[in-house]
Amino acid sequence: MELFWYIVLVTMLAVYVILDGYDFGAGIIHLFFAKTEKDKKAITSAIGPFWDANEVWLIAAGGVLFFAFPTLYASSFSGFYLPLIMILWLLIFRAIGLELRGQVHNALWELIWDRAFGVASLLLALFFGVALGNVVRGVNLGMVENGVSTQEAHYFFLPLWNPEFSPQAEHLGIIDWFTLFLGVVSVVALTIHGANWIIYKTNSSLNGKLKKVVFVLNFVLLALVVVSLLSWHIIEPNPFHNFFEHPMLWLFPIITFIGLFGMFKVRTFKKDGMGFLFSSLFLFGGLASTVASIFPKLLPSTNTVNPSLTLFNMAAHEYGLSVGMNWFFIALVLVIVYMVVQYRVFKGKMDDVGYGEH
Amino acid sequence: MEDMLFYDRMQFAFTITFHYLFPQLTMGLSLMIVYFKWKFLRSKLEKYNEAAKFWMKIFALNFAMGVVTGIPMEFQFGTNWAKFSELTGGIIGQTLAMEGMFSFFLESSFLGLFLFGEKLLGHKLHFVSGFLVFLGSWASGFLIIATHSWMQFPVGYEIMENGKFVLNNFSALFSNPWLWPSYLHNQLASVITSSFVVAAIGAFYILNNKHSEFGKLFVKTGVIFGLVSSILVAFPTGDMVAKNVVKHQPVTFAAMEGIFETAEGGSEIVLIGQPNMLEKKLDNKIAVPNILSFLTYQDWEAEIKGLNEFDPKDYPTNVPGLYYSYHIMVGLGTIFIGLMFLAAIQLYRKKLYKTKWILWSLLFMLPFPYIANTTGWYTSELGRQPWLVYNLLRTTEGASPTVSAGNTLFTLLGFIGLYLLLGLLFLMLAGKIINKGPHIIKQ
Repeated sequence: MELFWYIVLVTMLAVYVILDGYDFGAGIIHLFFAKTEKDKKAITSAIGPFWDANEVWLIAAGGVLFFAFPTLYASSFSGFYLPLIMILWLLIFRAIGLELRGQVHNALWELIWDRAFGVASLLLALFFGVALGNVVRGVNLGMVENGVSTQEAHYFFLPLWNPEFSPQAEHLGIIDWFTLFLGVVSVVALTIHGANWIIYKTNSSLNGKLKKVVFVLNFVLLALVVVSLLSWHIIEPNPFHNFFEHPMLWLFPIITFIGLFGMFKVRTFKKDGMGFLFSSLFLFGGLASTVASIFPKLLPSTNTVNPSLTLFNMAAHEYGLSVGMNWFFIALVLVIVYMVVQYRVFKGKMDDVGYGEH
Repeated sequence: MEDMLFYDRMQFAFTITFHYLFPQLTMGLSLMIVYFKWKFLRSKLEKYNEAAKFWMKIFALNFAMGVVTGIPMEFQFGTNWAKFSELTGGIIGQTLAMEGMFSFFLESSFLGLFLFGEKLLGHKLHFVSGFLVFLGSWASGFLIIATHSWMQFPVGYEIMENGKFVLNNFSALFSNPWLWPSYLHNQLASVITSSFVVAAIGAFYILNNKHSEFGKLFVKTGVIFGLVSSILVAFPTGDMVAKNVVKHQPVTFAAMEGIFETAEGGSEIVLIGQPNMLEKKLDNKIAVPNILSFLTYQDWEAEIKGLNEFDPKDYPTNVPGLYYSYHIMVGLGTIFIGLMFLAAIQLYRKKLYKTKWILWSLLFMLPFPYIANTTGWYTSELGRQPWLVYNLLRTTEGASPTVSAGNTLFTLLGFIGLYLLLGLLFLMLAGKIINKGPHIIKQ
């Protein structure tokens, strides 16, 4: 039962990363590459009718976390207090950047909200990568000082950074060189992903340039992935333990690399959606591999006093979890129906939807 | 520790108060937009379609504000109220997760279709997507009030040895006697807000002599929806909610009504007066004898317990705040019925659009449903104090143990600044949409 909800939670988060990820990527492209009004319009039209529904996956995943693993929800949300609130603020800026831009026709007004949308998207991509880094690295559960817990065993609090800036320091921060590195990986991966979405959904004059951007960034991404695998060993001496135990799990890294290498062929794809498919595979595979590597841990402990938080010691009570399965399946079917309707109505190229001009 | 709890509470109160300014309009307004679109489908008169499209613009702006200020609400359960989430997540996590899965996906998917899909979908399917947005927003309200009702009147639970609340009866969450009266009361209050807003904008157009054809349609629709909802919000739904309070939270009821001492031979109803917590009495009181006993029990002499019968540590934490919230809500509710009644009479006599003073009153009444909704929620939430889960878990036991007061104050200040900006932008853009008005229809 715990396992079922664990898979649901991870899948929902992966869907969130793939869907809202292309919105963040589109925002980054918008910030750095969109020069003309027409390009900007193409980008916002390509994500216009979708971003709001994409963001719901985060809220819904948060809800499932709250419901299925309430102790983990309580522990991690209070422990990662500051970055989470900042993510909220950034989500607000991303949303109003998109929504308010078209409301007043004034060059300065449009510039302000273009930048709000672009910068917020960039920082969100960075923050979500940093967040993944924190989950992989683990935290000082129970806030152990000199071998004694100063809080209940599953509570902690992290400042944004500590002067050591190291994932192995005694006093950890949200941002250290390892988590920041994963943040950069996330920015590069989502930029590629966003570019692929724009290529897929528009006939914009940017597309030719974006294919080159994807091609070049993909080399960067490959290098970053290799370095992150190496640095992983510093955090966790034996990161592939689970994979050797359960060889089936190698499927996830394989998917990741299919996605990664597939994208090198971006300039020769016959169909515009192929790049997006490969970057989605990369994101899904990468996330699943990471999660599989720390399984069954949800949040590792960096001290020896308190145990890591796992899906088994964090789950809600049996009855609630099983009754939840009933409504969850009904809801899931409905969500899939909505998505089919939504993507069918807004199928094909989106350049002319004219988002934000109501 | 005291500071920490204070800032946690302030942050939640501030962000939820600001947030609920938007859904209270969108829930009611979605109903009225569906009504306009339905009238269009039946009559084929372009003015109804244009009315629906105009209010959709206001709706979209409010909806966006509601979404961006709504996400912090879900997060705050974990960030600021971790202990509460840990202990009760197995129960309220159900309804909150259901809200995400059942209503947010529905709303967000079909809002996009509703806003951009009129040409792609055709009018009938466009109506259906509007209806689904309405359904999603009302489902969201339902699941939030189910969560709220469980905190007010916990049902279907067991408490484990480690203090955790565990669900043992799922359907009890939805047959909770607190739920249905509160839900209907709240939704009608939301319809009141949208009716008054629609009527006020209509009055603005008539008085301005601009878009006055639409002005008449908006005033008429606003007055009809407003009269019905103003009456139903007081009776039977408000009455049912109050009876739940008197039955299950008698100390809250005493504080709401400002009854410091149990009165023999029936309780008076207080119209005006200031709670004096030092001397435990109401200053400058104006009251009518025996009415409260009658309203509550249909018996002029029924006994209603005063605060003197309860342990002060179980008093609502802020008795004067609770008392004022309740009285402001009830006072405004009474004014709403009166104004809408007069407006409806003039409408029936076909004189409404020329009765200037009623049009001016409708225009100036615009902020007051927001105040009534907010104070209504304050009545409910301050009334639940000092508990998070009534009689079972105190507010002092629910905050996050590791988040310091300084960090919460930092984020509270950030929210205040950010929401001030949002509020200004909202007013500016809403003003722009209203000033521009609906498209003029060519004959």
